[in-house]
Amino acid sequence: MNIIELVGLRKQFGELVAVDDIDLSIERGELRGLIGPNGSGKTTLFNLITGFIRPTKGKIMWQGQNIVGQPPHAIAKKGIIRTFQLTTLLKEMTVLQNVVIACHLHTNMGFFEQFLMTAGTRAKEKAVERRAISLLEAMGIADVKDELAGELPHGHQRALGIAIALACEPQLLLLDEPVTGMNPIETKHMMDRIKMLRDNGITILLVEHNMKAVMTTCKKITVVNFGEKIAEGSPQEVSEDKNVIEAYLGRGETYA
Amino acid sequence: MPKSNLKPIGLGVLTVILLVLPFILTAYYVDIMIMLLINILVVVSFRFIALTGDFSVAHIPLMGAGAYASALMGLRLGLPFWLTLPLAGLTAALVGLVMCYPLLRMKAFAFFLGSYAAGEAMRLSWIRFRNPFGGHTGITNVPPPESIPLPGLGTIDFAEVIPYYFLTLGVTALCLVIMYRLEKFRIGDTLKAIHSEDNLVKSVGINVTTYRALAFLIGSFFAGISGVLLVHRLGAVDPYQFSLAATLYLLVWVVVGGLGTFAGPIIGVVTLTVISELIRGFVEWVPLVYGFILIAILLFLPEGLEGLPKKMQLMAKRVMKHAGQ
Repeated sequence: MNIIELVGLRKQFGELVAVDDIDLSIERGELRGLIGPNGSGKTTLFNLITGFIRPTKGKIMWQGQNIVGQPPHAIAKKGIIRTFQLTTLLKEMTVLQNVVIACHLHTNMGFFEQFLMTAGTRAKEKAVERRAISLLEAMGIADVKDELAGELPHGHQRALGIAIALACEPQLLLLDEPVTGMNPIETKHMMDRIKMLRDNGITILLVEHNMKAVMTTCKKITVVNFGEKIAEGSPQEVSEDKNVIEAYLGRGETYA
Repeated sequence: MPKSNLKPIGLGVLTVILLVLPFILTAYYVDIMIMLLINILVVVSFRFIALTGDFSVAHIPLMGAGAYASALMGLRLGLPFWLTLPLAGLTAALVGLVMCYPLLRMKAFAFFLGSYAAGEAMRLSWIRFRNPFGGHTGITNVPPPESIPLPGLGTIDFAEVIPYYFLTLGVTALCLVIMYRLEKFRIGDTLKAIHSEDNLVKSVGINVTTYRALAFLIGSFFAGISGVLLVHRLGAVDPYQFSLAATLYLLVWVVVGGLGTFAGPIIGVVTLTVISELIRGFVEWVPLVYGFILIAILLFLPEGLEGLPKKMQLMAKRVMKHAGQ
């Protein structure tokens, strides 16, 4: 059962075609890899799906509804959550505060309750904190919860980015290069965590440049180049595809 | 003395000083204190909007909106001060709401310019429409708040300076407490997050535009309140009180004091008010001195005076280090 379908999706910036009539479907519960050379349109696809930019043409069907034209916060409310590149964290706030703010979406805190500090509000705030801490524990960074987000090492910042996304209870999680810049041990830990998220029922679309990570984690991979889908299939199929090899992977190497 | 005791003790001392001062100072200086309190309300409410990163250059004109609203409601509709005070604040907030529609499509510098244009447009309409705003000369004969009779003791007459001082002190203190608490609660964090990374905030499902509007409305409400306090003290309002010059003073206060902490802007406006009183004899020098201080702050203490304790700590550490070598 498809959780999301991109139908004939096209994005043009003047003369430049960033996304060229792409059809892409992801099934519920998948851990799908999205790879392609730099400039192939992966980030644009993320921005289109999450409403940060509008497509020139095409539809994005989410659970039967076309979500094109919805603003980013509305799409997040529908359950599609993305992570960002490294620098997008609330650097002046603590790790815990970062996650608490993201929990906002699923707290039943009425608009006006935020203004008052009634006993009920205080209890809810405590509950939100507990939830935030358990999310940090799931990503292995609960021990640094009171540090400033801007002062964390690289790997922890990435983990925090995912914890923030998880706070929104995503149905579809778009991960933007989660292991870029990590050493092999950190990478393995992160990819294991990502697999665990998939096992817990979150559908994941993963953009990564680390070929080994993608090929060993994802059962199905979509390859794009110059805004077009050039291949789609299992890691084996994709690494043997002539177009992919030509565009990206280099000759003679396979990642079975 | 442990640090946690300093703050309430400091506030306690400050409160006592503020309560006793009007009986020690001459009427002239009590009047200065009234204006200072009003200006404190203006800078703190300006900062509240700036928590999201929006610098509202319509702030002073919206103060004027509150002033005009209270004057008109009092003179034309015969409403008592105690009613016009909150209603005029709401009027300023409503005008702010209307301004939000175009303004919230803009960010940063565009917002800065757009808010200036919006405020200026409103101010020019006060000049253009003699009815009801009174054109160039504005509105005069604005009555002070109604006296309060105290059985057996006499009446509190707000035309006099000391009662009006306490009125201003009470209203300003209440408004500051409200804004302080709002900033401390969840909404404060959300506003600051919007300033820091608004794309991240959008991606977790928060409607950034709604929160920017909320900050703008709240800040503008309090700007309106400060305008009401102003007009009922002066007894008159005219469009030139809320011109760009007044806005420039506001901006200098916040730069000198800093916008990072709640106390920052207060420190700025108090410092500059004290200094301009000290050089009162040389009234032509005031803008020069303001400019000089502004440049000095930007060069040596860009975070504003609020950053001074931290900077002195750092300098002290450095001195200790060198002394130890």
